[in-house]
Parts: sequence; C-alpha cells; structure tokens
Amino acid sequence: MNVLRVENLRFAYDREPVLQGVNLEVDEHEFVAVIGPNGGGKSTLLKLIMGELLPDEGTITVLGKSPRQAREEIGYVPQNTNVNLDFPIRVLDVVMMGNPKQHLEAANWWERLFPVRYNSLEKRCAYTTLQKVGMEAYLDRRIGELSGGQRQRVMIARALCAHPRLLILDEPTSSIDVEGQKQIYALLKELSRDLTVLVVSHDLSVITEYADKAVYVNRSSYTHDLRRSPIHLQQPEGEHFCEIELMQMLAEKTCDCEHHAGKKEES
Amino acid sequence: MEILHYTFMQNALIAGILVSLAAGIIGSLIVVNRLVFLTGGVAHSSYGGIGMAIYFGLPIFLGASLFTVATALLLAWLTFKKRHLSDTYIGLIWAVGMAIGVIFVDLTPGYNTDLMSYLFGSILAVQHSDLWFMGALLAMVLFAVHHWYREFLAISYDSDYAALRGIPTGRFYTLLLILSALTVVIAIKVVGLILVLALMTIPTHIASHRSSTLYGMMMLSALLAALFTLIGLWLSYRYDLTSGACIILAAATGLIMESLWRWLRSRQIRN
Repeated sequence: MNVLRVENLRFAYDREPVLQGVNLEVDEHEFVAVIGPNGGGKSTLLKLIMGELLPDEGTITVLGKSPRQAREEIGYVPQNTNVNLDFPIRVLDVVMMGNPKQHLEAANWWERLFPVRYNSLEKRCAYTTLQKVGMEAYLDRRIGELSGGQRQRVMIARALCAHPRLLILDEPTSSIDVEGQKQIYALLKELSRDLTVLVVSHDLSVITEYADKAVYVNRSSYTHDLRRSPIHLQQPEGEHFCEIELMQMLAEKTCDCEHHAGKKEES
Repeated sequence: MEILHYTFMQNALIAGILVSLAAGIIGSLIVVNRLVFLTGGVAHSSYGGIGMAIYFGLPIFLGASLFTVATALLLAWLTFKKRHLSDTYIGLIWAVGMAIGVIFVDLTPGYNTDLMSYLFGSILAVQHSDLWFMGALLAMVLFAVHHWYREFLAISYDSDYAALRGIPTGRFYTLLLILSALTVVIAIKVVGLILVLALMTIPTHIASHRSSTLYGMMMLSALLAALFTLIGLWLSYRYDLTSGACIILAAATGLIMESLWRWLRSRQIRN
C-alpha cells in the first residue's frame, strides 16, 4: 500500500517553479532518503507533504487522504537549530509535547485540574516511547545535559509519541559526528519495521547504507531503488569524490525525467 | 517587628508578596521566550495609561491596566509574524506611551501628585483598595498560567513544533503579552514601571540555573522575588529610601552572590 503518493507536483512561491513534475511513491515500512542540493526544493517538498503548503498542480496523497487530513498520522522531527539548551525542561516534558491531546483523553477531572503533573498513563506512554529510541533511562534528565545524538533521539521519541504511521525527519544528523549519524540511521532503519520513514539528508555516504530508496530532488525528482542497485560510496578514490559522482549521476537522471515530462506535456 | 504595626507597612508587605508571585511566574515565561525588552516596552508605555487616568479622573490602576493591555495587543499583532522588526516597534511603543502620559499630566489642571511613585515605586502609595485590585489581577494571571501551563511550555520550548501539533501559537503569544502587561500593573506601586523589568528577570535568571522544569523555575523565581522584595522593603523603611530601587539592588546583590558562588564551585570542581 502507498503511504505517500506524489503525482506530477508543481509548486512556485513566485513565478519560477521550485518544484515541477515531481513524482514519488513510498510504500509501507520503507525507509526513504530525500537528497539533493541546497535550494533544490527538498524543504518545500516536506512542507507540501505535511500540508503546510498547497500544490499549484498535481496531487499529494498521504495514507489515502489529503496531507491536512493526515496530519495526525504524520510524525515530524524538525532540524534542530533553534532549540535553547538552557531551557529548564526534562526529557519527559519534551516527549509529551508530541501528543498534547493525550492528557485530556486519559485524565480524570481531578488530574485535568493539574496540567503541571503527568498522569500514570502519560508517564507509561513516554517511557515506552523512549524505550524505542533507547533513552528510557534519561526520562527525568534535563534536555540541555544530553549530547547532540541523545537529544536527537529524544526528538524522535517526541515525534513517535502520537503513534504516527509516517515519520518525516529534516536533516536529523546535521550537528552529529559520523558515529552518531550511523547510530541514528540504524535506529530509523529499525523503526521502519513498524512505520514508514522519510528523511531529508546531506549525509549521502551514511544514508545510502541504510535507506531503501534515494529520492534526488532538484526542482524535478528521480527515485533510485537502493535495494535493487545499491550504491557503495566507500571507494579507494575517496569518499568526497564519490559523493559528487553520485550527485552528478542522479542529477543527470533527474534532467532526463524533466525532459520526458516536458515532451509528454507538448504532445 | 515594630514596622509590622503600621498599616502602610502591612499593605506594602502584602503588595510585595503579590508582586513577587506575579513577577516570578510571568518573568520565567518572559525570559524563556526572550521577550524581556518587549515587556519593557509594555511597562514603560503604561505611563500613558497613568497620565490618561489622571486627566480623566479614573482610578490609576484601571487606566494603567486598560492602556497596557491595549499596548500588549498592539505589540502582539505587530510582532508575532515579524519578530525581526520587534526592536523598532518596542522603541516606538516605549517612547510614544511615555509621551502620551507626560502630555496628559501636563494638561491636567492643578495636578501635583508625586509621579515618581509610579516610576520607581513607593511603599506609602499602596492603599488597602489597591491590594484588592492587585489580588484580582494576580488571580487572573495564576489561573491562566496554571490552566494553560502545557500550552505555554510547548510554545516557549519550540513554537514551530507546537503549531504543527495544533496549538494556536499566535493566541498564546498574545495571551502571554497580556499577562505580562497585567504583571507590570500589579508591580507599578511597589517597584515602579521603570524597575519592574529587573524584578521579572533577576530572580528568574538565578532560578534558571537551579531548576530542571519551567514550573520549578516559576516557583523558585517567585520565592526569590519575595525574599528580595521583603529585604528591599525593610531597607526602604529603615533608611527612608525609594522602595523600588531598594528591592532591585537587593535582587542585584543576590545575583552577584549567586554568580560568585557558582564561579567558586566550578573552580573547585575543575581543581
């Protein structure tokens, strides 16, 4: 079953389209990496998938519904740039932010009078969600005391708290060392057994080891199935050179796709 | 203990505690949301409300409350989506509010009340009726923060994510500015509108190092604010000094002592 289906998508902020002729299909339990150059439209594509923007042309279907209708079933991990590390907040508080309605659903009238305290059901939910990311021992720790990788795991737990079917992450490893990146991607791979994972990433050398599909987005899009033809970037010539090669290869394929789409429109 | 026999001192102490609760709780939200100078703009513009209340013969608290809430609403509307222009709007509201106050006081015939008491606070200025008004405003502040604690926590920590989870961030941003406006009004007679900002930030800054939750920070800030207010009021009575300035200097001394203690501890740990 398609969890996400994007067909012939076009979107422009002004006249010049940011995205044109974008097609994408993501099946259940797939781990998909969205890659591409800066300014290529990756973040815009995410906003469209989450229903923050509306397409000019084409359709987006998330779990058989429009993105806005499916919002409750999408978990989102934003890029971690604006978080204040001095903020007095515990891991438990952050995780519970992922599901603000749970308090009202579960609490009796007495518990509802004291929103400062978490009821037992909420605590249990936070604990089991943190278990999934291996952070249950840090429930009462202040978030500013954690390392970058640990904080990112907590942010993933926050997104998992509302039991989403599609998990979207925007550059989840942007400020983490290579070892930490590998751990995060291994965790996401494991999570993709229960849900569908879509990651925007620049860490090509790492993500191509874990993802099922790589979607190259640069105005148009090209999907490369990594299960059928894996890309091995650990070559003797040097990692950086290979990344550029991969980007070039995907860019050429994207141009081909755009060219075909243009021809179709003309005919 | 003789000072407690005077009615004006009893009023001042009760007012001091009411102010400390409001300043500690709202101050914590202001600091974590980085809205200190926005609140400063609201605080100073309240002078416009005081001037208008004097001119029209209205109760000062009522005039200041209505004017500051209106200012808070205007600032919320202007700055919510244009945070980068906040500085400009704050400067504008700050100066225009004060100018309105000065003009209305100038226009009031035969006016001779001591305006300094509103700028820097005066323990003698607190009347019994003022306590009821301050108490009512504090009750509104406490109810709002307690009832919407999770929403305030969510928008303060990660506003974008809160919006994604369906929390109306614009409404809570506006409510937060209204609550800070009410806190300014509560504090006008005790610390004055110029010094209120310090009472909302100094105890909060100390508490931020010693709390692991926002709720804990609010409680500790309120306790510290109460302690500094009581010390400041005593100094003000003992040496016949302006109450607001004494309270702020007591708080500043507390901050210096706490910073020194932390510095010494970090040196000890390193060694």
